[in-house]
Amino acid sequence: MSASAVKLKTGFDAQAGIVAAIFVVGVLWSLFAAANGADAAIRTHAWVIGLGFLVGLFSMAGVYSGGGVSIDKTQYNETIIKYGVIASLFWAVAGLLVGVVIAFQLAFPALLSFPDFPELNFGRLRPLHTSAVIFAFGGNVLIATSFYVVQRTCRTRLAGGVWPWFVFWGYQLFIVVAATGYLLGITQGKEYAEPEWYADLWLTIVWVAYLLVFMATLMRRKEPHIYVANWFYLAFIVTIALLHVVNNLAMPVSIIGARSYSAFSGVQDALTQWWYGHNAVGFFLTAGFLAIMYYFIPKRAERPVFSYRLSIIHFWALIFIYIWAGPHHLHYTALPEWAQTLGMTFSIMLWMPSWGGMINGLMTLSGAWDKLRTDPVIRMLVVSVAFYGMSTFEGPVMSIRAVNSLSHYTDWTIGHVHSGALGWVGFISFGAIYCLVPWLWKRKGMFSKALIEWHFWIATIGILLYITSMWVSGIMQGLMWRAYDSLGFLEFSFIQTVEAMQPYYIIRGLGGVLYLAGALLMCWNVYKTIKGDVRESDASVKPQSASIAAPAE
Amino acid sequence: MYELLASFAQTWGMLLFITLFIAGGVYALWPKNQAAFDEAASLPLMDDDRPAAADDVAPCDKDVKHHG
Repeated sequence: MSASAVKLKTGFDAQAGIVAAIFVVGVLWSLFAAANGADAAIRTHAWVIGLGFLVGLFSMAGVYSGGGVSIDKTQYNETIIKYGVIASLFWAVAGLLVGVVIAFQLAFPALLSFPDFPELNFGRLRPLHTSAVIFAFGGNVLIATSFYVVQRTCRTRLAGGVWPWFVFWGYQLFIVVAATGYLLGITQGKEYAEPEWYADLWLTIVWVAYLLVFMATLMRRKEPHIYVANWFYLAFIVTIALLHVVNNLAMPVSIIGARSYSAFSGVQDALTQWWYGHNAVGFFLTAGFLAIMYYFIPKRAERPVFSYRLSIIHFWALIFIYIWAGPHHLHYTALPEWAQTLGMTFSIMLWMPSWGGMINGLMTLSGAWDKLRTDPVIRMLVVSVAFYGMSTFEGPVMSIRAVNSLSHYTDWTIGHVHSGALGWVGFISFGAIYCLVPWLWKRKGMFSKALIEWHFWIATIGILLYITSMWVSGIMQGLMWRAYDSLGFLEFSFIQTVEAMQPYYIIRGLGGVLYLAGALLMCWNVYKTIKGDVRESDASVKPQSASIAAPAE
Repeated sequence: MYELLASFAQTWGMLLFITLFIAGGVYALWPKNQAAFDEAASLPLMDDDRPAAADDVAPCDKDVKHHG
């Protein structure tokens, strides 16, 4: 469009043609499935999917009638990160809200069951919660921060023209398709991998585009060294691609039907599932968020990484060890005992890289410890690393077969997961968002520092209520299950254990309410900041120019 | 097929992984890399005070410090 020497917009190029073609195929498949689908669920679901692709086509028409996607090479692409931040906040609130609802469904099952609305059944809402917080909230935080960090540390604009936008919106479509599928009762019943084959296929396309955008940006870097955070992001993207594709290998019953059957069966299926499931923890919830740690903590504290050598050893040790830890989910099952022992051994070995990484993150504050007192964002980031240390200590303990015999299938597992999810993943994400919002919208600080303090303390108390109640509830549950009387009969019936747990379920629900309240405070704070109502400048917020800096000498 | 894959994984596969892992450790601890790592450790801190030449703000402009 522009005749000047610097090309600022793409115009409708071949790339846009490919994206449009993908959308057209999506619309056609949806129409076909809506009309002739093999089952009732797909005939409803296809309307949602088709609508998504149609919106995509209309948006493209709007963008390209205005000259196409901006590609100004003197500027970082910050617009897409602004979208990512807002999407992260939206999905955080949605996912946490569903979490609170299901927590109270467990506490008050009679009051909160709706037989006339199967969509609101606990069994359908639970995967909605887990997917919304992990993949929708966590995934958007990872995509947004990875796009931010890779540009800044490579001193170059995000590559790929239309493709980063395809990744962002394609990922939102995947979330909507997965979530509406659960509500309709569509699931393949694999934990953290519930979406059916067509949603999986769509995520694969989006994820490959993500990988290519990230690698293309790395390849055009102006900085010779690839910063360690990018290594963690790359490991996250590559490994999730591998895990997702292998675990979801399946044969659909019909190419316009919702059902599919896994390529694996029996114990192989279980092992593949937990190889996937544990590495979703290891590479999605750990490696990706460690990348956030390695960029945002040094940046906010204005201190170099404590030991760059340790960060490299941390990276390779984590990569080589995590991938073997999955079998600890299958203790006392049909899985051969040597495989269980292998999973347990590697889980215990994970202590070293996990704690090495934690020490590296914490010690980056050397010389800046006073900021813990003055800057609530630094405190959030540091407490998150402390939770990382705590949950990566607890995890290996629980992977020991004898401990697992007590903890497995109890609420202890739920408590463990949430100390990692709320403490580590949640806090590091909130900290990164509090850093990003003033940087991206060019404000001198957040609207209210006091609200960040409130968010920090409310959420911390929420986490403590959550994990302590689940420890007590879980260990009690495990002990009640294994209690025998003098004649060798079970001491308690199942329903007695459920009744005993009710008070803890209420405490857990209250913890969730507090954590959600903290997130809502953050949303208000971010809204007011974006609107421009910043009252005071914050010394810990250093302006970040959108212009691309010259590489360091 | 299973025997073939399993025996490969248990021998050459294992040796490959261990070699790669040791190589990663040697790279990290190699004394000559220290200077490059020291520079890399502060890479996130070096991107905000030197706008590109194309920008209308003069290089080394200290306006970023005003809020600090």
